[in-house]
Amino acid sequence: MNCTVRVASPLRSYTGGAASVTARGETVAELLADLERRFPGMRFRMIDEQGDIRPHIRLYAGTRELRSLAERMGEDRVLHLICALSGG
Amino acid sequence: MPDTVWIGTRKGAFALRPDPRRRAYRLSGPQFLGHVIHHVVQDPRDPKVLLMAAKTGHLGPTVFRSTDRGRTWKEAAQPPAFRLAAEGEKPRAVARVFWLTPGHSSEAGTWYAGTAPAGLFRCTDAGDHWEPVAGFNDHPMNAKWASGLATPDGEFLHSILVDPRDARHLYLAISVGGVFESTDGGRDWVPLNGGVAADFLPDPTVAFGHDPHRVEMHPLRPDRLYQQNHCGIYRLDRPASTWIRIGQAMPKNVGDIGFPIVLHPKNPDIAWVLPMDGTKVWPRTSVGGKPAVYQTRDAGRSWRRLSDGLPEKNAWLTVLRQALCVDTHDSPGLYFGTTAGDVWASPNGGESWRRIAQHLPEIYSVTFAI
Repeated sequence: MNCTVRVASPLRSYTGGAASVTARGETVAELLADLERRFPGMRFRMIDEQGDIRPHIRLYAGTRELRSLAERMGEDRVLHLICALSGG
Repeated sequence: MPDTVWIGTRKGAFALRPDPRRRAYRLSGPQFLGHVIHHVVQDPRDPKVLLMAAKTGHLGPTVFRSTDRGRTWKEAAQPPAFRLAAEGEKPRAVARVFWLTPGHSSEAGTWYAGTAPAGLFRCTDAGDHWEPVAGFNDHPMNAKWASGLATPDGEFLHSILVDPRDARHLYLAISVGGVFESTDGGRDWVPLNGGVAADFLPDPTVAFGHDPHRVEMHPLRPDRLYQQNHCGIYRLDRPASTWIRIGQAMPKNVGDIGFPIVLHPKNPDIAWVLPMDGTKVWPRTSVGGKPAVYQTRDAGRSWRRLSDGLPEKNAWLTVLRQALCVDTHDSPGLYFGTTAGDVWASPNGGESWRRIAQHLPEIYSVTFAI
């Protein structure tokens, strides 16, 4: 399944400045793996080595927050990669 | 090539380039504006190569690499990361790459990195692919050595030292954890904290659990180590294993608390520290609001105050452990950066000081490159 991925500005150095890209996958893990193939290094800045979403990163399928990489996109076709505020 | 003083800050990296007489400095940057830059380190084996330890408030930790003296940078293909935790094991994830050390002169491309939480990592390809050093990270004692009794910004592994006579002889330090030594290239480690105070622990005679702030090895006499600790200034001349508290010779009204210590590049008897107020609630600012560098010329038997040009009063500076450095000139220059964003320079070993940059972000590190 192709999804649209909305990319927060801190991650756009990986997408050549693009705010929106497409990725293929049914689960968050599959989508991020596809992104990593095309934009090397991007995944590790969001997901740590234990597979956990980093503290100031939030992932949403549409308006539904995704809490783990195993979650499925379901009917949603837009994955939001959000950098939550982290202080001054 | 002109000298460069690299400034790592909470909001990016800057460079200060002095003229040949170290009188005028040109500021450039920021590079990676908004990134938290903990360390920028040149490779003495290949001076075109620099590594930079970075993260942002949002994004995970990484390492950037330059092969053109810092003009352009490329991210590591495989930044430092712990191995995947086994079932039932406490998972560890690198929160920040804190410290970078070039490897032995015989091992081109080898570097070490220290992280928070405390982890040791090594690469053999000039910073591109990093691997955990299992001998330390998975040592049977690791969970006790790196206990999680952390500083406010995390438990740092720092001061990775490589014996110039033997690539397999290593030291490292953890805040909070202590100093550790390996003689087999990092496969096994032992604590090396004899004689060091740990006033904050119920048992002051513990083998580990100390809080070294920075440890330095003299390059021309590698058996000589100096340490600025949370609980004083120390020297150790190997093969002895009991540190001597040379900070006892500091003026009592100044004390021997601070973060950095740096060594004269040629003379193992000369070192500089920057004392901070370690009384009562530990303000960790210039003692009495009167900043000063202290120098020993006799391996810590006596200390001399060097403050000419520094503010005489009402200056509550904090200088972190990586934010004091010495250059490689025969008459060494000294540089330090403050958490308030000022950089001070001395072209004459600390005898006189001048502010060479101000209004930078909070300074984490000041390092010298040729």
